[in-house]
Amino acid sequence: MMYSPAIIAEAVVNGLMTGAVYALIALGLTLVYGVLHIINFAHGALLTAAMFAVWAVYVAFGLDPYLAILPLTPLFFGLGYAVQRFVIGPASHGSDSNILLVTLGLSIAIENALLAGFRSDTRTLNTDYGFQVVELGPLLLSKPRLIGFGAAVLVTVLLWLLLSRTDTGKAIRAVAKEKLGASLVGIDVAHVYAVTFGLGCACLAVAACLLMPTFYVNPRIGQAFVLVAFTIVVLGGMGSIPGALVGGLFIGVVESLCGLFLGDSLGQIGIFLIFILVLLVRPTGLFGAKA
Amino acid sequence: MLEVRSLRAGYGGTEVLRGLDLSVGAGEIVAVLGSNGVGKTTLNKVLSGVLRANEGEIRFDGKTLTGASSADIVEAGLIHVPEGRKIFPNMSVRENLELGSYRRGRERRSANLERVFETFPRLRERSGQAAGTLSGGEQQMLAIGRGMMAEPRLLILDEPSLGLSPLLVEEMFTLIRRLNGEGLPILLVEQNVVQSLECASRAYILENGLFALSGTAEQVRNDPELKRAYLGM
Repeated sequence: MMYSPAIIAEAVVNGLMTGAVYALIALGLTLVYGVLHIINFAHGALLTAAMFAVWAVYVAFGLDPYLAILPLTPLFFGLGYAVQRFVIGPASHGSDSNILLVTLGLSIAIENALLAGFRSDTRTLNTDYGFQVVELGPLLLSKPRLIGFGAAVLVTVLLWLLLSRTDTGKAIRAVAKEKLGASLVGIDVAHVYAVTFGLGCACLAVAACLLMPTFYVNPRIGQAFVLVAFTIVVLGGMGSIPGALVGGLFIGVVESLCGLFLGDSLGQIGIFLIFILVLLVRPTGLFGAKA
Repeated sequence: MLEVRSLRAGYGGTEVLRGLDLSVGAGEIVAVLGSNGVGKTTLNKVLSGVLRANEGEIRFDGKTLTGASSADIVEAGLIHVPEGRKIFPNMSVRENLELGSYRRGRERRSANLERVFETFPRLRERSGQAAGTLSGGEQQMLAIGRGMMAEPRLLILDEPSLGLSPLLVEEMFTLIRRLNGEGLPILLVEQNVVQSLECASRAYILENGLFALSGTAEQVRNDPELKRAYLGM
Protein backbone atom coordinates (compact mmCIF):
# COMPACT_ATOMS: atom_id res chain seq x y z
CA MET A 1 0.00 0.00 0.00
CA MET A 2 1.40 3.41 -0.92
CA TYR A 3 0.84 6.74 0.79
CA SER A 4 1.34 10.24 -0.53
CA PRO A 5 4.72 11.82 0.38
CA ALA A 6 2.92 14.36 2.59
CA ILE A 7 1.45 11.62 4.76
CA ILE A 8 4.80 9.87 5.07
CA ALA A 9 6.52 13.16 5.86
CA GLU A 10 3.94 13.82 8.54
CA ALA A 11 4.51 10.37 10.02
CA VAL A 12 8.25 11.03 10.12
CA VAL A 13 7.81 14.40 11.83
CA ASN A 14 5.32 12.91 14.26
CA GLY A 15 7.81 10.17 14.99
CA LEU A 16 10.56 12.72 15.66
CA MET A 17 8.29 14.55 18.08
CA THR A 18 7.42 11.40 20.04
CA GLY A 19 11.02 10.25 19.81
CA ALA A 20 12.33 13.39 21.51
CA VAL A 21 10.29 12.61 24.63
CA TYR A 22 11.42 8.97 24.46
CA ALA A 23 14.95 10.31 24.27
CA LEU A 24 14.42 12.33 27.45
CA ILE A 25 13.29 9.21 29.32
CA ALA A 26 16.21 7.25 27.88
CA LEU A 27 18.58 10.05 28.89
CA GLY A 28 17.85 9.52 32.58
CA LEU A 29 18.34 5.78 32.21
CA THR A 30 21.59 6.07 30.25
CA LEU A 31 23.03 8.71 32.60
CA VAL A 32 22.47 6.55 35.66
CA TYR A 33 23.87 3.53 33.83
CA GLY A 34 26.92 5.45 32.60
CA VAL A 35 27.87 6.73 36.05
CA LEU A 36 26.57 4.20 38.58
CA HIS A 37 26.93 1.24 36.17
CA ILE A 38 23.54 -0.13 37.13
CA ILE A 39 20.24 -0.53 35.31
CA ASN A 40 17.75 1.45 37.33
CA PHE A 41 14.70 -0.80 37.43
CA ALA A 42 12.76 1.90 39.27
CA HIS A 43 12.96 4.25 36.27
CA GLY A 44 9.51 3.30 34.95
CA ALA A 45 7.83 3.52 38.33
CA LEU A 46 9.43 6.93 38.94
CA LEU A 47 8.10 8.11 35.55
CA THR A 48 4.63 6.92 36.55
CA ALA A 49 4.98 8.77 39.84
CA ALA A 50 6.01 11.92 37.98
CA MET A 51 3.02 11.63 35.64
CA PHE A 52 0.68 11.26 38.61
CA ALA A 53 2.33 14.30 40.17
CA VAL A 54 1.57 16.32 37.01
CA TRP A 55 -2.02 15.07 37.09
CA ALA A 56 -2.35 15.81 40.82
CA VAL A 57 -1.10 19.41 40.70
CA TYR A 58 -3.41 20.01 37.73
CA VAL A 59 -6.46 18.63 39.53
CA ALA A 60 -5.63 20.19 42.90
CA PHE A 61 -4.31 23.63 41.89
CA GLY A 62 -5.22 23.88 38.21
CA LEU A 63 -1.50 24.14 37.44
CA ASP A 64 -0.79 23.85 33.71
CA PRO A 65 1.39 20.80 32.89
CA TYR A 66 4.01 22.97 31.18
CA LEU A 67 4.21 25.32 34.15
CA ALA A 68 4.41 22.26 36.41
CA ILE A 69 7.92 21.71 34.99
CA LEU A 70 9.13 24.54 37.23
CA PRO A 71 8.22 23.00 40.62
CA LEU A 72 8.32 19.31 39.65
CA THR A 73 11.82 19.22 38.12
CA PRO A 74 13.61 20.39 41.29
CA LEU A 75 11.22 18.30 43.41
CA PHE A 76 12.09 15.12 41.51
CA PHE A 77 15.77 16.03 41.50
CA GLY A 78 15.61 16.22 45.29
CA LEU A 79 13.61 13.02 45.49
CA GLY A 80 16.09 11.15 43.28
CA TYR A 81 19.01 12.56 45.27
CA ALA A 82 17.48 11.39 48.55
CA VAL A 83 16.52 7.95 47.21
CA GLN A 84 20.08 7.27 46.04
CA ARG A 85 21.78 8.80 49.06
CA PHE A 86 19.59 7.38 51.81
CA VAL A 87 17.99 4.24 50.32
CA ILE A 88 19.84 2.71 47.37
CA GLY A 89 23.38 3.66 48.45
CA PRO A 90 23.22 2.45 52.05
CA ALA A 91 21.17 -0.65 51.13
CA SER A 92 23.57 -1.76 48.40
CA HIS A 93 26.75 -2.06 50.52
CA GLY A 94 28.75 -1.36 47.36
CA SER A 95 27.56 -4.44 45.47
CA ASP A 96 26.00 -3.95 42.03
CA SER A 97 23.69 -6.95 42.26
CA ASN A 98 22.27 -5.53 45.48
CA ILE A 99 21.56 -2.23 43.73
CA LEU A 100 19.62 -4.04 41.00
CA LEU A 101 17.47 -5.73 43.62
CA VAL A 102 16.98 -2.54 45.59
CA THR A 103 15.80 -0.60 42.51
CA LEU A 104 13.54 -3.51 41.54
CA GLY A 105 12.05 -3.52 45.03
CA LEU A 106 11.66 0.23 44.87
CA SER A 107 9.73 -0.01 41.60
CA ILE A 108 7.34 -2.59 43.09
CA ALA A 109 6.83 -0.41 46.17
CA ILE A 110 6.19 2.78 44.15
CA GLU A 111 3.83 1.08 41.69
CA ASN A 112 1.76 -0.54 44.40
CA ALA A 113 1.64 2.63 46.46
CA LEU A 114 0.26 4.41 43.39
CA LEU A 115 -2.18 1.56 42.80
CA ALA A 116 -3.37 1.80 46.40
CA GLY A 117 -3.67 5.58 46.23
CA PHE A 118 -5.15 6.10 42.77
CA ARG A 119 -6.70 2.69 41.89
CA SER A 120 -6.06 1.22 38.47
CA ASP A 121 -8.15 3.85 36.63
CA THR A 122 -6.70 5.58 33.61
CA ARG A 123 -6.69 9.35 33.97
CA THR A 124 -6.21 12.18 31.51
CA LEU A 125 -5.87 15.94 31.63
CA ASN A 126 -8.20 18.13 29.61
CA THR A 127 -6.20 21.14 28.55
CA ASP A 128 -7.68 23.50 25.96
CA TYR A 129 -4.60 23.08 23.75
CA GLY A 130 -4.57 19.26 23.92
CA PHE A 131 -5.96 18.90 20.39
CA GLN A 132 -4.66 22.09 18.78
CA VAL A 133 -2.63 21.76 15.61
CA VAL A 134 0.01 23.91 13.98
CA GLU A 135 0.17 24.20 10.20
CA LEU A 136 3.71 23.93 8.91
CA GLY A 137 3.63 24.07 5.09
CA PRO A 138 1.71 20.99 4.01
CA LEU A 139 2.04 19.38 7.45
CA LEU A 140 -0.46 19.47 10.28
CA LEU A 141 1.38 19.04 13.58
CA SER A 142 0.00 18.55 17.06
CA LYS A 143 0.88 21.65 19.09
CA PRO A 144 1.56 19.92 22.44
CA ARG A 145 3.83 17.40 20.75
CA LEU A 146 5.71 20.17 18.97
CA ILE A 147 6.26 21.85 22.34
CA GLY A 148 7.33 18.48 23.73
CA PHE A 149 9.89 18.13 20.96
CA GLY A 150 11.38 21.57 21.52
CA ALA A 151 11.52 21.17 25.28
CA ALA A 152 13.03 17.69 25.14
CA VAL A 153 15.80 18.81 22.78
CA LEU A 154 16.44 21.87 24.96
CA VAL A 155 16.77 19.73 28.10
CA THR A 156 19.18 17.38 26.30
CA VAL A 157 21.34 20.33 25.25
CA LEU A 158 21.25 21.78 28.79
CA LEU A 159 22.26 18.44 30.26
CA TRP A 160 25.09 18.13 27.78
CA LEU A 161 26.30 21.64 28.68
CA LEU A 162 26.11 20.77 32.37
CA LEU A 163 28.22 17.65 31.85
CA SER A 164 30.83 19.26 29.61
CA ARG A 165 31.17 22.78 31.05
CA THR A 166 30.58 22.75 34.81
CA ASP A 167 32.75 21.34 37.59
CA THR A 168 29.82 19.25 38.80
CA GLY A 169 29.39 17.79 35.31
CA LYS A 170 33.09 17.07 35.02
CA ALA A 171 33.01 15.39 38.42
CA ILE A 172 30.14 13.21 37.19
CA ARG A 173 32.12 12.17 34.11
CA ALA A 174 35.21 11.57 36.23
CA VAL A 175 33.35 9.29 38.64
CA ALA A 176 31.83 7.41 35.69
CA LYS A 177 35.25 6.17 34.55
CA GLU A 178 37.61 6.41 37.50
CA LYS A 179 36.05 6.29 40.95
CA LEU A 180 39.29 6.02 42.93
CA GLY A 181 40.97 8.82 40.97
CA ALA A 182 37.90 10.95 41.61
CA SER A 183 38.04 10.35 45.38
CA LEU A 184 41.70 11.31 45.39
CA VAL A 185 41.04 14.75 43.89
CA GLY A 186 38.46 15.24 46.64
CA ILE A 187 35.27 14.42 44.74
CA ASP A 188 32.62 13.04 47.10
CA VAL A 189 31.60 9.95 45.12
CA ALA A 190 28.42 9.24 47.13
CA HIS A 191 27.30 12.82 46.48
CA VAL A 192 28.01 12.55 42.75
CA TYR A 193 26.04 9.29 42.59
CA ALA A 194 23.10 10.98 44.25
CA VAL A 195 23.31 14.05 41.98
CA THR A 196 23.35 11.75 38.95
CA PHE A 197 20.34 9.82 40.16
CA GLY A 198 18.63 13.14 40.87
CA LEU A 199 19.33 14.33 37.32
CA GLY A 200 17.84 11.10 35.98
CA CYS A 201 14.67 11.73 37.98
CA ALA A 202 14.59 15.39 36.91
CA CYS A 203 14.59 14.22 33.26
CA LEU A 204 11.60 12.03 34.11
CA ALA A 205 9.74 14.94 35.67
CA VAL A 206 10.22 17.05 32.52
CA ALA A 207 9.20 14.10 30.32
CA ALA A 208 6.06 13.58 32.43
CA CYS A 209 5.07 17.24 32.07
CA LEU A 210 5.56 17.04 28.29
CA LEU A 211 3.61 13.78 27.98
CA MET A 212 0.55 14.56 30.06
CA PRO A 213 -1.20 17.03 27.73
CA THR A 214 -1.56 14.27 25.09
CA PHE A 215 -1.22 11.10 27.11
CA TYR A 216 -2.93 9.30 29.97
CA VAL A 217 -1.65 7.91 33.22
CA ASN A 218 -2.32 4.75 35.21
CA PRO A 219 -0.12 3.03 37.79
CA ARG A 220 1.56 0.75 35.24
CA ILE A 221 2.13 3.22 32.42
CA GLY A 222 5.84 3.74 33.08
CA GLN A 223 6.80 0.19 32.12
CA ALA A 224 5.77 0.65 28.48
CA PHE A 225 7.94 3.76 28.16
CA VAL A 226 10.92 2.22 29.90
CA LEU A 227 10.88 -0.79 27.58
CA VAL A 228 11.21 1.62 24.65
CA ALA A 229 13.76 3.73 26.54
CA PHE A 230 15.85 0.65 27.19
CA THR A 231 15.89 -0.13 23.47
CA ILE A 232 17.05 3.42 22.83
CA VAL A 233 19.84 3.14 25.40
CA VAL A 234 21.08 -0.08 23.79
CA LEU A 235 20.76 1.39 20.29
CA GLY A 236 22.55 4.63 21.19
CA GLY A 237 25.22 2.94 23.30
CA MET A 238 24.94 2.38 27.06
CA GLY A 239 25.86 5.58 28.87
CA SER A 240 26.01 7.83 25.80
CA ILE A 241 24.05 11.12 25.87
CA PRO A 242 24.17 11.89 22.12
CA GLY A 243 23.33 8.21 21.61
CA ALA A 244 20.17 8.60 23.68
CA LEU A 245 19.03 11.63 21.67
CA VAL A 246 19.76 10.17 18.23
CA GLY A 247 18.46 6.74 19.26
CA GLY A 248 15.29 8.27 20.69
CA LEU A 249 14.52 10.26 17.54
CA PHE A 250 15.25 7.23 15.36
CA ILE A 251 13.05 4.89 17.43
CA GLY A 252 10.25 7.46 17.35
CA VAL A 253 10.35 7.56 13.55
CA VAL A 254 10.50 3.76 13.29
CA GLU A 255 7.48 3.40 15.55
CA SER A 256 5.55 6.02 13.62
CA LEU A 257 6.31 4.54 10.18
CA CYS A 258 5.57 0.99 11.33
CA GLY A 259 2.29 2.28 12.71
CA LEU A 260 1.49 3.85 9.36
CA PHE A 261 2.31 0.81 7.25
CA LEU A 262 1.37 -2.04 9.59
CA GLY A 263 -1.43 -0.43 11.57
CA ASP A 264 -1.33 1.40 14.89
CA SER A 265 -1.35 -1.66 17.10
CA LEU A 266 1.78 -3.05 15.40
CA GLY A 267 3.75 0.21 15.61
CA GLN A 268 6.07 -1.10 18.32
CA ILE A 269 7.02 -4.23 16.39
CA GLY A 270 9.65 -2.24 14.49
CA ILE A 271 11.24 -1.07 17.75
CA PHE A 272 11.84 -4.59 18.95
CA LEU A 273 13.04 -5.80 15.56
CA ILE A 274 15.65 -3.06 15.72
CA PHE A 275 16.50 -4.02 19.28
CA ILE A 276 17.25 -7.59 18.15
CA LEU A 277 19.18 -6.36 15.10
CA VAL A 278 21.36 -4.03 17.18
CA LEU A 279 22.15 -6.81 19.64
CA LEU A 280 23.14 -9.07 16.76
CA VAL A 281 25.09 -6.63 14.61
CA ARG A 282 26.43 -3.90 16.88
CA PRO A 283 26.00 -4.78 20.56
CA THR A 284 27.91 -1.69 21.72
CA GLY A 285 25.34 0.59 20.06
CA LEU A 286 25.84 3.57 17.75
CA PHE A 287 27.90 5.71 20.15
CA GLY A 288 28.95 3.05 22.62
CA ALA A 289 32.56 2.48 23.56
CA LYS A 290 34.05 -0.94 22.95
CA ALA A 291 33.73 -3.06 26.05
CA MET B 1 53.97 17.84 59.11
CA LEU B 2 52.61 14.33 58.76
CA GLU B 3 52.63 12.15 61.86
CA VAL B 4 51.42 8.57 61.89
CA ARG B 5 51.22 6.74 65.24
CA SER B 6 50.78 2.96 65.71
CA LEU B 7 48.64 2.61 62.62
CA ARG B 8 46.80 -0.67 62.08
CA ALA B 9 44.60 -1.40 59.08
CA GLY B 10 43.47 -4.20 56.82
CA TYR B 11 40.63 -5.75 54.87
CA GLY B 12 37.92 -7.68 56.67
CA GLY B 13 39.63 -9.87 59.23
CA THR B 14 43.04 -9.68 57.57
CA GLU B 15 45.37 -7.17 59.13
CA VAL B 16 47.86 -5.76 56.62
CA LEU B 17 49.43 -2.88 58.54
CA ARG B 18 50.43 -4.02 62.01
CA GLY B 19 51.41 -0.85 63.85
CA LEU B 20 53.30 1.75 61.83
CA ASP B 21 54.93 4.93 63.10
CA LEU B 22 56.01 7.40 60.47
CA SER B 23 56.67 11.09 60.14
CA VAL B 24 57.41 13.52 57.35
CA GLY B 25 58.82 16.91 58.29
CA ALA B 26 58.64 20.19 56.38
CA GLY B 27 60.74 20.19 53.22
CA GLU B 28 61.69 16.51 53.46
CA ILE B 29 61.59 13.69 50.94
CA VAL B 30 60.78 10.55 52.90
CA ALA B 31 60.78 7.20 51.16
CA VAL B 32 58.70 4.17 52.12
CA LEU B 33 60.29 1.21 50.39
CA GLY B 34 59.32 -2.40 50.08
CA SER B 35 58.51 -5.09 47.58
CA ASN B 36 55.10 -6.21 46.37
CA GLY B 37 52.48 -7.14 48.90
CA VAL B 38 54.07 -5.70 52.04
CA GLY B 39 51.37 -3.07 52.60
CA LYS B 40 52.56 0.01 50.68
CA THR B 41 49.29 0.45 48.80
CA THR B 42 47.26 -0.20 51.95
CA LEU B 43 49.25 2.49 53.76
CA ASN B 44 48.47 4.96 50.98
CA LYS B 45 44.80 4.03 50.96
CA VAL B 46 44.59 4.77 54.66
CA LEU B 47 46.52 8.04 54.36
CA SER B 48 44.18 9.24 51.58
CA GLY B 49 40.98 8.23 53.38
CA VAL B 50 39.92 5.49 50.95
CA LEU B 51 40.35 2.87 53.67
CA ARG B 52 39.60 3.33 57.37
CA ALA B 53 42.32 2.61 59.90
CA ASN B 54 41.43 0.05 62.58
CA GLU B 55 43.67 1.69 65.13
CA GLY B 56 46.21 4.46 65.43
CA GLU B 57 46.35 8.13 64.68
CA ILE B 58 47.11 10.28 61.63
CA ARG B 59 47.93 13.93 62.23
CA PHE B 60 48.65 16.42 59.51
CA ASP B 61 49.66 19.99 60.17
CA GLY B 62 48.47 19.72 63.77
CA LYS B 63 45.01 18.45 62.76
CA THR B 64 43.81 14.90 63.37
CA LEU B 65 42.89 13.24 60.09
CA THR B 66 42.19 9.75 61.44
CA GLY B 67 38.91 8.61 59.89
CA ALA B 68 38.52 11.76 57.77
CA SER B 69 36.97 11.45 54.29
CA SER B 70 39.11 11.70 51.16
CA ALA B 71 37.51 15.06 50.45
CA ASP B 72 38.56 16.44 53.86
CA ILE B 73 42.07 15.09 53.44
CA VAL B 74 42.41 16.77 50.02
CA GLU B 75 40.96 19.94 51.55
CA ALA B 76 43.75 19.87 54.15
CA GLY B 77 46.35 19.72 51.35
CA LEU B 78 47.51 16.13 51.72
CA ILE B 79 47.46 15.11 48.05
CA HIS B 80 47.91 11.55 46.84
CA VAL B 81 49.14 10.75 43.33
CA PRO B 82 48.06 7.12 43.10
CA GLU B 83 49.76 4.06 41.76
CA GLY B 84 48.58 3.33 38.23
CA ARG B 85 47.86 7.08 37.75
CA LYS B 86 44.05 6.79 37.97
CA ILE B 87 43.58 9.66 35.53
CA PHE B 88 40.21 10.19 33.83
CA PRO B 89 40.73 8.50 30.44
CA ASN B 90 37.52 9.80 28.84
CA MET B 91 38.33 13.45 29.55
CA SER B 92 40.80 15.86 28.00
CA VAL B 93 44.18 16.57 29.59
CA ARG B 94 42.98 20.06 30.49
CA GLU B 95 39.80 18.74 32.12
CA ASN B 96 41.86 16.26 34.14
CA LEU B 97 44.00 19.10 35.43
CA GLU B 98 40.98 21.30 36.15
CA LEU B 99 39.50 18.53 38.26
CA GLY B 100 42.73 18.50 40.27
CA SER B 101 41.49 21.78 41.73
CA TYR B 102 37.95 20.51 42.32
CA ARG B 103 38.29 20.61 46.11
CA ARG B 104 41.27 22.86 46.69
CA GLY B 105 42.98 25.73 44.86
CA ARG B 106 39.96 26.51 42.70
CA GLU B 107 40.43 30.30 42.96
CA ARG B 108 43.90 30.12 41.45
CA ARG B 109 43.03 27.47 38.88
CA SER B 110 44.22 29.30 35.77
CA ALA B 111 47.51 30.42 37.36
CA ASN B 112 48.20 26.88 38.59
CA LEU B 113 47.29 25.44 35.20
CA GLU B 114 49.89 27.71 33.64
CA ARG B 115 52.45 26.55 36.22
CA VAL B 116 51.75 22.87 35.47
CA PHE B 117 52.03 23.53 31.74
CA GLU B 118 55.40 25.19 32.34
CA THR B 119 56.61 22.20 34.32
CA PHE B 120 55.26 19.75 31.72
CA PRO B 121 55.29 21.45 28.29
CA ARG B 122 54.20 18.12 26.83
CA LEU B 123 50.85 18.40 28.61
CA ARG B 124 50.23 21.82 27.07
CA GLU B 125 50.80 20.37 23.59
CA ARG B 126 48.26 17.66 24.34
CA SER B 127 45.81 19.68 26.43
CA GLY B 128 42.84 18.94 24.16
CA GLN B 129 43.59 15.26 23.76
CA ALA B 130 41.73 12.52 25.69
CA ALA B 131 43.94 11.52 28.62
CA GLY B 132 43.48 7.81 27.87
CA THR B 133 45.41 8.24 24.61
CA LEU B 134 48.58 9.52 26.32
CA SER B 135 51.69 7.35 26.72
CA GLY B 136 52.50 5.89 30.13
CA GLY B 137 55.07 8.57 30.91
CA GLU B 138 52.73 11.35 29.88
CA GLN B 139 49.96 9.86 32.00
CA GLN B 140 52.30 9.87 34.98
CA MET B 141 53.09 13.56 34.31
CA LEU B 142 49.36 14.23 34.11
CA ALA B 143 48.72 12.46 37.41
CA ILE B 144 51.42 14.55 39.11
CA GLY B 145 50.20 17.70 37.38
CA ARG B 146 46.68 16.97 38.58
CA GLY B 147 48.04 16.63 42.11
CA MET B 148 49.89 19.96 41.82
CA MET B 149 46.65 21.69 40.79
CA ALA B 150 45.40 21.16 44.36
CA GLU B 151 48.33 23.21 45.76
CA PRO B 152 49.62 20.32 47.89
CA ARG B 153 51.14 20.99 51.28
CA LEU B 154 52.46 17.44 51.18
CA LEU B 155 52.52 15.18 48.13
CA ILE B 156 52.29 11.39 48.37
CA LEU B 157 53.73 9.77 45.26
CA ASP B 158 52.75 6.13 44.94
CA GLU B 159 55.11 4.16 42.66
CA PRO B 160 55.71 7.07 40.26
CA SER B 161 58.43 5.14 38.39
CA LEU B 162 56.33 2.02 37.85
CA GLY B 163 56.13 0.96 34.21
CA LEU B 164 58.38 3.75 32.92
CA SER B 165 61.45 3.28 30.73
CA PRO B 166 64.84 3.74 32.50
CA LEU B 167 65.28 7.16 30.90
CA LEU B 168 61.85 8.32 32.10
CA VAL B 169 62.52 6.89 35.56
CA GLU B 170 65.61 9.11 35.71
CA GLU B 171 63.50 12.09 34.61
CA MET B 172 60.87 11.27 37.22
CA PHE B 173 63.40 11.34 40.05
CA THR B 174 64.83 14.62 38.74
CA LEU B 175 61.31 16.04 38.82
CA ILE B 176 60.75 14.80 42.38
CA ARG B 177 63.93 16.60 43.49
CA ARG B 178 62.84 19.72 41.68
CA LEU B 179 59.38 19.78 43.27
CA ASN B 180 61.00 19.23 46.66
CA GLY B 181 63.50 22.00 45.88
CA GLU B 182 60.56 24.39 45.69
CA GLY B 183 59.81 23.51 49.34
CA LEU B 184 57.22 20.77 48.85
CA PRO B 185 57.51 17.85 51.29
CA ILE B 186 57.15 14.49 49.55
CA LEU B 187 56.31 11.03 50.78
CA LEU B 188 57.69 8.71 48.14
CA VAL B 189 56.37 5.16 48.16
CA GLU B 190 58.52 3.03 45.87
CA GLN B 191 59.89 -0.34 44.94
CA ASN B 192 62.89 1.29 43.30
CA VAL B 193 65.20 1.18 46.31
CA VAL B 194 68.44 2.52 44.80
CA GLN B 195 67.12 5.63 43.13
CA SER B 196 64.67 6.43 45.94
CA LEU B 197 67.46 6.33 48.52
CA GLU B 198 69.49 8.70 46.35
CA CYS B 199 66.91 11.46 46.54
CA ALA B 200 65.27 10.83 49.92
CA SER B 201 66.51 12.34 53.17
CA ARG B 202 65.03 9.54 55.31
CA ALA B 203 63.60 6.13 54.53
CA TYR B 204 61.46 3.38 56.01
CA ILE B 205 61.64 -0.23 54.86
CA LEU B 206 58.24 -1.91 55.00
CA GLU B 207 58.09 -5.67 55.43
CA ASN B 208 54.94 -7.66 56.24
CA GLY B 209 53.09 -4.65 57.60
CA LEU B 210 55.88 -3.45 59.89
CA PHE B 211 58.79 -1.09 59.39
CA ALA B 212 61.77 -3.43 59.49
CA LEU B 213 64.26 -0.61 59.24
CA SER B 214 64.22 3.17 59.32
CA GLY B 215 66.66 6.04 59.48
CA THR B 216 68.43 8.53 57.29
CA ALA B 217 68.89 7.50 53.67
CA GLU B 218 72.59 7.11 54.43
CA GLN B 219 72.00 4.71 57.35
CA VAL B 220 69.48 2.67 55.43
CA ARG B 221 71.67 2.45 52.37
CA ASN B 222 74.58 1.11 54.41
CA ASP B 223 72.57 -1.41 56.38
CA PRO B 224 74.05 -4.87 55.69
CA GLU B 225 70.65 -6.58 55.87
CA LEU B 226 69.19 -4.18 53.27
CA LYS B 227 72.16 -4.61 51.02
CA ARG B 228 71.67 -8.35 51.13
CA ALA B 229 67.87 -8.40 50.73
CA TYR B 230 67.27 -5.58 48.26
CA LEU B 231 70.47 -4.90 46.46
CA GLY B 232 71.81 -8.44 46.28
CA MET B 233 75.23 -7.38 47.54
